[in-house]
Amino acid sequence: MANVTPSQTVGPYLHIGLEWKDAHIVAGDSIPGRIRIEGQVADFKGQATPDCMVEIWQANAAGRYDHPADRRDDKKLTPGFKGFGRCSTDAQGMFRFVTVKPGAVPGPGNALQAPHIALGIFGRGLLKRLYSRLYFPDEPLNDADPVLNLVDPARRGTLIARKVAGGDLPTYRLDIRLQGGAETVFFEA
Amino acid sequence: MRGDIYPRGALGDDPPILHPGYKSTLERAPSRPPVPIPQTLSELTGPIFGHDRCRPEDTDLTRQHAGAPQGERIIVAGKLLDEAGRPVAGQLVEMWQCNAAGRYRHPVDQHDAPLDPNFTGVGRAVTDAEGNWRFTTVKPGAYPWRNHPNAWRPAHLHFSLFGPSFMSRLVTQMFFPGDPLLALDPIFHGVPEHARDRLVAAFDLDVTQPEWALGYRWDIVLRGAKETPKGI
Repeated sequence: MANVTPSQTVGPYLHIGLEWKDAHIVAGDSIPGRIRIEGQVADFKGQATPDCMVEIWQANAAGRYDHPADRRDDKKLTPGFKGFGRCSTDAQGMFRFVTVKPGAVPGPGNALQAPHIALGIFGRGLLKRLYSRLYFPDEPLNDADPVLNLVDPARRGTLIARKVAGGDLPTYRLDIRLQGGAETVFFEA
Repeated sequence: MRGDIYPRGALGDDPPILHPGYKSTLERAPSRPPVPIPQTLSELTGPIFGHDRCRPEDTDLTRQHAGAPQGERIIVAGKLLDEAGRPVAGQLVEMWQCNAAGRYRHPVDQHDAPLDPNFTGVGRAVTDAEGNWRFTTVKPGAYPWRNHPNAWRPAHLHFSLFGPSFMSRLVTQMFFPGDPLLALDPIFHGVPEHARDRLVAAFDLDVTQPEWALGYRWDIVLRGAKETPKGI
């Protein structure tokens, strides 16, 4: 056994080391059904945080993860779709991804998990990554989702994106409040 | 939690999310504890990113410009392992740092120290079959920050790693042995005392290249499965 290396903050200069110019495009032009995921990261006062970074990880539209631990060969992978994105927040604290809506994926036992996107949030002032999830509105599977059901019903709304009108692609917005107000629910796994 | 593939004990070696000595945590640390959830397929899978986009020259930060950067040339090398001690092969290692004068090539960094036209401060490597990675660079300088009066960050390199799943993702910092600023750094001291030395590299004469550069060794250990994760 080896001792796990502890986390440290990504710091305010994360951009020089971690930005890849196309990393926020999870689904390219050739992939059908593209959507936009966006949101603002804000601090304890609700002020935008321009020095954070959001990473996403998700299954494809069929609910298959492009990873060796997902061995469900009946669900096909999508060529060119890896399921990972990274976007640093801009001066208004905004992040934006182009991706697809994931399919439902298996949960514990026989439970099915509602379509969701895993979120990792890094930033100055965060000594370790915050882990959360984005769920979709008007999704019937949300009611029985085994993870959403672990969350205080009064706080579940912080995990459910809202549909935003306009724009070139169907757009879902989920703001991330790090502290105070409608503080986002974060997970530990 | 029942059914865990990844032991949760390692979570206790991370800093707490609120660490008042590091002032920015007061404004950004969530006030409520994280909700424990089961490790589902969403947590036990994760990105395989960037390994196919690194060039060999990305590992040598002293050869990215027309001339050599100012400062003390060093070699930093180590293994990427999981907590069972298994090498994590074929993975992207992202590294960034300030220059030898303590200045980042970043618009937010206004420290009155010179930029170096021959130094960007960004490296990328891919681990080999045994988990080995290696960078050639210059030793970063210490620099002041405004956390408290006369606050200085110890020399450090930033590292970003993925590992086998989204739960093994790690961003951290590597420090240098014997640095007197380590005793004063609130970010380093966010880590529980028993785990702090894991962030400090060791001087290593075997990594040191004669007539060329001092060498440091630092192994990085990521959360890992007790057993190979099965589908579902």
